[in-house]
Amino acid sequence: MTPEELEEIRQNELEAQQSVPQRIHVCVAAGCLSCQSEAVKDALTREVDHRGLGGRCKVKGVGCMGLCSEGPLVSTHSGQLYQHVTAADAGKIIDSLDAAPVSRLAISTDIPFFERQKKIVLENSGTIDPERIEEYIAQNGYRALMRALTEMTPQEVIAEITASGLRGRGGAGYPTGLKWGTVAKAPGAQKFVVCNADEGDPGAFMDRSVLESDPHRVIEGMLIAAYAVGASEGYIYVRAEYPLAIKRLKTAIRQAERLGLLGADICGTGFKLRIDLRLGAGAFVCGEETALIASIEGKRGTPRSRPPYPAMAGLLGQPTLINNVETFANVPPILRNGSAWYAQIGTEKSKGTKVFALAGRVRNTGLVEVPMGISLREIVFDIGGGIPDGKQFKAVQTGGPSGGCLPAEALDMPVEYESLAQAGSIMGSGGMIVMDESSCMVDVARYFMDFCMTESCGKCIPCRVGTYQMHRILTAITEMTATEQDLKLMEELCDLVKNTSLCGLGQSAPNPVLSTLKYFLDEYKAHVHEHRCLAGVCQEKATV
Amino acid sequence: MSSTDHVKTLKIDGRDCSARAGETILDVARENNIPILRLCELEGLSTVGACRLCLVEIKGARKLLPACATAVDEGMEVTTNSERLQSYRRMIVEMLFTEGNHVCSVCVSNGHCELQAMAQTLGITHMHLPYRYPKKQVDASHERFVLDHNRCILCTRCVRVCDEIEGAHTWDVMGRGIDSKVITDLNQPWGSSESCTGCGKCVHVCPTGALFEKGRSVAEMEKRRQFLPYLTLMREERQ
Amino acid sequence: MVTYGSKPALPSADKRWKLVDATMRKAGGNGRGLIETLHTVQEAFGYLDEDALRYVALSLRVPLSRAYGVATFYHFFTLKPGGRHTCVICLGTACYIKGAQHLLETMQQTLSIAPGETTPDGEVSLLTARCLGSCGLAPAVVYDQEVAGKVDPASLRSHLEKWAHHDS
Ligand SMILES: Cc1cc2nc3c(=O)[nH]c(=O)nc-3n(C[C@H](O)[C@H](O)[C@H](O)COP(=O)(O)O)c2cc1C
Ligand code: FES
Ligand code: FES
Repeated sequence: MTPEELEEIRQNELEAQQSVPQRIHVCVAAGCLSCQSEAVKDALTREVDHRGLGGRCKVKGVGCMGLCSEGPLVSTHSGQLYQHVTAADAGKIIDSLDAAPVSRLAISTDIPFFERQKKIVLENSGTIDPERIEEYIAQNGYRALMRALTEMTPQEVIAEITASGLRGRGGAGYPTGLKWGTVAKAPGAQKFVVCNADEGDPGAFMDRSVLESDPHRVIEGMLIAAYAVGASEGYIYVRAEYPLAIKRLKTAIRQAERLGLLGADICGTGFKLRIDLRLGAGAFVCGEETALIASIEGKRGTPRSRPPYPAMAGLLGQPTLINNVETFANVPPILRNGSAWYAQIGTEKSKGTKVFALAGRVRNTGLVEVPMGISLREIVFDIGGGIPDGKQFKAVQTGGPSGGCLPAEALDMPVEYESLAQAGSIMGSGGMIVMDESSCMVDVARYFMDFCMTESCGKCIPCRVGTYQMHRILTAITEMTATEQDLKLMEELCDLVKNTSLCGLGQSAPNPVLSTLKYFLDEYKAHVHEHRCLAGVCQEKATV
Repeated sequence: MSSTDHVKTLKIDGRDCSARAGETILDVARENNIPILRLCELEGLSTVGACRLCLVEIKGARKLLPACATAVDEGMEVTTNSERLQSYRRMIVEMLFTEGNHVCSVCVSNGHCELQAMAQTLGITHMHLPYRYPKKQVDASHERFVLDHNRCILCTRCVRVCDEIEGAHTWDVMGRGIDSKVITDLNQPWGSSESCTGCGKCVHVCPTGALFEKGRSVAEMEKRRQFLPYLTLMREERQ
Repeated sequence: MVTYGSKPALPSADKRWKLVDATMRKAGGNGRGLIETLHTVQEAFGYLDEDALRYVALSLRVPLSRAYGVATFYHFFTLKPGGRHTCVICLGTACYIKGAQHLLETMQQTLSIAPGETTPDGEVSLLTARCLGSCGLAPAVVYDQEVAGKVDPASLRSHLEKWAHHDS
């Protein structure tokens, strides 16, 4: 494959697409699939065939369009979006192609949900068929790889990523360029790149959506990274709970290999990379990088003490680059459009965009991509459309079990790594759960502690026993049997577990408790002193 | 490369120490007779850094680091016994006592138990944490040894000695979190294990009375570990 | 007396072992392929039993206790056969906020089993999951592979009844 050949594939695909004037896109990502979007797609296809419109109208499955709560979603070439589509609507939608939109199903796309977003990672989501590499190439796919391989040295690639200001999207926000540089310089006979697609936050599905909607983008990002750091073997560690993402990744890898974009002697440059999938098996801690490596090696996913960091000694003791799915997905557009373009999006220390899985007690739930620096209020109230059923906003949770709950006072804070951390939460990988007055914050803290306790690997004592003890106290509070003494003990436990645990799971497990203690202490006090749950959640439990 | 690259100087609790590159803080502390508490670490076995009792403060480091798993660096300033560290250690030991069922007065290892000794060193007199009272089993199926899960603190010394020194890998850990448990082979009675050679190394590296020889009564089980440095030394010689 | 040759004997004549063997070969035939192989066994047989663990461990030259340790570390693996039907209740954050706990309680009461268990008649297994990626449709439940959104206790009960009727 040469740049010219790639361009030829692109042109051919564009021509083929333009030769069909009408197009209907049906979302076939997980959310809409679970509302039977496959049947909608089949019905539309049948209808097109039945009417003999084959040459004029094409129905295709595409990735996530974002507004998952209103699925199944269908869009047409004119930009018209339809919600809650059923197979029975197929005829009407096809009728509308040459007439007015079906008003019963139409949603307007100039609402803030769409207008306030900025799509870089999700630029192809919902428009291309994730199972065809040609469609990705038509959208300039693999061009960044070509540029890197034919015009840039590995050092230049790293410099470009560094200059873009890209930071890791897996949670901690470590500067990506710096990490690449370390792996590139680390001595080692063989190096590895690993894509962390374990997505353990139990209320988040950004990475899954990227993999299901635009898998080639992640593969291209890994290829560029492998070239930059000098790796020849790659792994994508993906949760076994994501069968569709796995299937599409397998297809994508096969297609890239067929075109010579993956494998030996890529584009005749001598650069080679093999990518294999490794399936997780239901362990949150395997998202932690040393545990992830243990798991790829076929062992129990227990973390080990760092340093040495995987960048120096990772898989099989060799230098290993580990990045998150979304981090890799940002790489191709950065190389295509230049670091300066990327660096002007976002804030001083947090560049680019972030994808969030917006869920909970908010009107519009689904997947959104916003520029860094946007306020939480804009996400929850403008994009999310606010709280339904006339209820009051109470808190927004980011970072899942490692993050925290932020109250209304924090809503005007900009979304960036530092400010979120300062407020007691974290950016996290992108889970964002909105809660209203019907949620009890002690119960929420107990929920996350229950999660951490079940997911603790059990290797180190503070995390193994500490999460159990904290969970015990939180349960006692929700059952109205805890004392002031217990609250004090819990604070002590939080401090201990945070500071002495071996890995990030334990070190951040107290965060949901600490942030709710900080902002919602009155709720704790009401349970302990007045045996009263302000949200009515816990009393309910005692009587059931 | 000059020889100074291989020698590092550092301060532990204000004392100047010199070390070879690659040594851990714990190694250096040991050479200089500076006591650092530890439970999972045992000389001659690989390091896991799991018990967190050896955590130390290092000037300039954001986090506490385990002395057993942290390599020395030039100019490091290490504090091993601040009040903060000691209070963390007390709490961690308390966690172990409340996690299992440790009744010293009826234990074969009473008086020879590392956990008990550590509680004494740290001046632990009563527990702030409530006891968990888990239901745990005793496996007496082996003809010479007994495994009492009530007293196991999951330090994994048995797992490591069996794998690394004996080469049998009879032991491992199953489950996870608070439900973790050491097992032999496919979680079967020890006496029916196909891989166990009956060498007893696991019994002697166990810091508590979780593994002991049959026929011992209260306070009678003393562990003998001299084989470990000996075997390590002989194997180094062979290589 | 068990003998250990270079290749352990197949646990049974079942053809599915061919799949397992293929995975082991592809994974390099060593311990690094343990998790991949367990995935294949579970996919083929529905669960991991002792014979399977022993066969895989010996084939890959992994100590028995390590194989058992790995199989029980990962919650995706199960050592017991499942029921004829499975009902997975999502306990991810979005579903929890929208009342998934009530769904779980309903199931536990109706079936008198805890999560991870199967009814004594082998009909229904009750499982929990952490986020199915259908948060927009919370609370979500999977009935035998099929995801249902915006579930409430009543629809849950009626689904159980449907299962019970179909079988009788
Ligand atoms: C308990 C725990 C769970 C984690 N889970 C994930 C995860 O699911 N996905 C992810 O990308 N990173 C996860 N991380 C962060 C990774 O360890 C690692 O920092 C990240 O993959 C690095 O990639 P990045 O620099 O691109 O963010 C987790 C960390 C911890 C401590
Ligand atoms: S001795 Fe260092 S962590 Fe246990
Ligand atoms: S939390 Fe239930 S589907 Fe995401």
